[in-house]
Amino acid sequence: MSTSHSLVLAHHKDYRGSKFAIWLFLITEVILFGGMFLLYSVYRSKYPADFHAAAGELNTLVGTINTLILLTSSLTMALGIAATHHGNRKLALWMIALTVICAGAFMVNKYFEWGMKIHHGIYPGSPKLAAFPKGEILFFGLYFTMTGVHGIHVLVGMVLLTTMFFRTMGQPNSKLSFVAGHGLQDAEGGSLAVVDSEGKVLWKGDPIDSTIQRIDVKTKYWPVKERFRVEDFNQLENSGLYWHIVDIIWIFLFPLFYLIT
Amino acid sequence: MSTNPKPEIPHVDVPDANEVDFYHYKGRWSGLASWIFSTDHKRIGLMYLVLMLTFFLAGMTLGFLMRLELFKPGRTIVDAQTYNEFFTLHGVIMIFLFVIPGLSASLGNFMLPIMIGAKDVQFPRLNLLSWWLFLAGSLLALTALFTGGGPPDTGWTFYAPYSIRTGTNVTLAAFAVFVLGFSSILTGLNFVTTIHRMRAPGMGFFRMPLFAWAVYATGWLQVIATPMIGITLVLIIVERTFGIGVFDPVKGGDPILYQHLFWIYSHPAVYIMILPALGAISEVITVHARRAIFGYTFIAMSSIAIALFGSVVWAHHMFVSGNSLVANFVFSLLTMIVAIPSAVKVFNWVATLYKGSIQLETPMLYALAFIFIFMIGGFTGMMLGVLSIDVHVHDTYFVVGHFHYILFGGLGFALFASLHHWFPKMFGRMYHQVPSKIAWFLTFVGFNVLYGPFFILGWEGMPRRYYDYLPQFTKWHQVATVGSWIMIAGILLMLGNLLHSLRHGKPCTERNPWGGGRTLEWTVPSPPPLENFKEVPVVTHGPYDLETAEH
Repeated sequence: MSTSHSLVLAHHKDYRGSKFAIWLFLITEVILFGGMFLLYSVYRSKYPADFHAAAGELNTLVGTINTLILLTSSLTMALGIAATHHGNRKLALWMIALTVICAGAFMVNKYFEWGMKIHHGIYPGSPKLAAFPKGEILFFGLYFTMTGVHGIHVLVGMVLLTTMFFRTMGQPNSKLSFVAGHGLQDAEGGSLAVVDSEGKVLWKGDPIDSTIQRIDVKTKYWPVKERFRVEDFNQLENSGLYWHIVDIIWIFLFPLFYLIT
Repeated sequence: MSTNPKPEIPHVDVPDANEVDFYHYKGRWSGLASWIFSTDHKRIGLMYLVLMLTFFLAGMTLGFLMRLELFKPGRTIVDAQTYNEFFTLHGVIMIFLFVIPGLSASLGNFMLPIMIGAKDVQFPRLNLLSWWLFLAGSLLALTALFTGGGPPDTGWTFYAPYSIRTGTNVTLAAFAVFVLGFSSILTGLNFVTTIHRMRAPGMGFFRMPLFAWAVYATGWLQVIATPMIGITLVLIIVERTFGIGVFDPVKGGDPILYQHLFWIYSHPAVYIMILPALGAISEVITVHARRAIFGYTFIAMSSIAIALFGSVVWAHHMFVSGNSLVANFVFSLLTMIVAIPSAVKVFNWVATLYKGSIQLETPMLYALAFIFIFMIGGFTGMMLGVLSIDVHVHDTYFVVGHFHYILFGGLGFALFASLHHWFPKMFGRMYHQVPSKIAWFLTFVGFNVLYGPFFILGWEGMPRRYYDYLPQFTKWHQVATVGSWIMIAGILLMLGNLLHSLRHGKPCTERNPWGGGRTLEWTVPSPPPLENFKEVPVVTHGPYDLETAEH
């Protein structure tokens, strides 16, 4: 009997929808930091002299190095995505790894920078800071909070990009899933088979009975430019968008805290 | 390709996903797990509904106890600190656990995909995550009551500097609200994307039902406003933990800035609560007046306008906090502007009723009550937006009366209306008619007896949040307390009736039980199958066009 059932794909992915949602998420990030930038601008206009003095305490060199590191990481991120577009998985993996390494270097710098400040007794709630003028207390309060929240975002980015590294390693691939309730019952009683152009059965699977909840067809392609499909690297691109917003926030933090001396 | 002959297998009748309703569909899990791990938007919507109504009953109990305490001056049943904790909890529970998820997360989840002709939301797993975050946030909020320094006593607004000084468990409560905010953002993001990407073929934006428009505007507000409360509460937590000083006047910080940041979110949050309610009322009125909605485009656009203008009126909560006069003028003017799109909706509803064949079914009764209450709430809101009046009645019972008319009278009555409206669709049973109408009457009368006197009390100078009061206020306080008994009786009767009808109501498997439904949810079976539609519907006309009406 002829069994050329067309199974219905269970999960249709809408990649433009995912990208749309990521942009919405980036808006929430901008507003989240916007609240803190709002506080910063109010207090800076209220205590300009104190902010000026306090900014002198920060190490501009370390800040500049960190800025360079993050800008480089944005470049490697973009190059990594471009590499996937050209079907060059090896280069893409290198670039993602470099991005993660840059992020790590940024955090190490940040660690020593914070450590120095705390070592000198400048941290929120410290007795030394309490004796400072009010504007300087606020400056350091904002400095630790804003760079701290930014640092958490960098850490999240590192986890995300590490995940993407391993995902990209396994890509491009595709997985077709057929699950119970989505047309799988049509195939019940039959079995999966791989058939060549002459109708010869190359491989035949176990019978499909009602205990089978799901059939996955996994395919892995050799990465070549001709077969580039946006969906293969959609998650990487979305992670890249996240990473760029983390960088952009730093681009604002850097001059506002380090360069106003 | 029949190279592989097999013995004939007798055809086993396995029910298709779209042949049984979603309750009876056998998925991977069964029992409780089939709910809490389900990514089906209908199940998630119902789970939100169950949690929300539970919290609503808890909040209502606290409100009931507060009214008892205020029955006569001085101590009646609890002491002052307990009373402070009561109204904080009442506020936190009602605002963050009931009205913010509100209609959007519960019935919006259930109805939105069906109304736009989709199988589910865009990100079903994210949707489930939102629910889990909501659950986690509410559990954290409950934990905050019993651990640390006791339940928060700051009021739901967590105003600095008191919130950074008080020994009660503000840190955990603020973190709970942060988690709840995350849940709200993800829901909004999901719904906006769903509406952009998953409308059925032929359904342009201007063929969407008005409820979908309202959920869309709400989704945007959730995305752009909620991060602000997130960071504000993080700052409160950081302030309490490390003492960074941004809201602490001793260290140069400015508590007024806290108020700004708080209301930048919390005023739009009022529209997060009320917009889906306005959308639901549009649906109820058009169906039960058996008439196409009047002014479809205006109602749809007024939702967007409310979302836009509502985002820039926050400082009208702070007229007496020390704003500059110019700022006060600007925010007063903007507040007046926001009244316009709200009024557009009311006029259009009334115009829809005009010459309609109005069926006084229970949802319609709630909707009519809603219009009445919403108008009083709206007008008193405009009074509060006028500088010269607000200075006198700020922080009095007048304000309390106003926002109970808007939030409870608005969102609450709209939720009751839409529960009764979509009940046969969601559960395939009809509730008992007579008790539902008695419950409506008790709730409506009790509501006005309870909150109406608040306006008089406030006008005469009774400050809000006070534990004790002068003897001259006794009369109206007692009227209000009696009103609370009537209203609670009505609400309990209503919920009891709905619960009883879940099992014992008359089966109602008609697709269009009210006869006047024209939007897509009335074309699917009641209750809907797992994937809502057997075939993807193709939309060829506007949502309320008469040619599809059965009457």
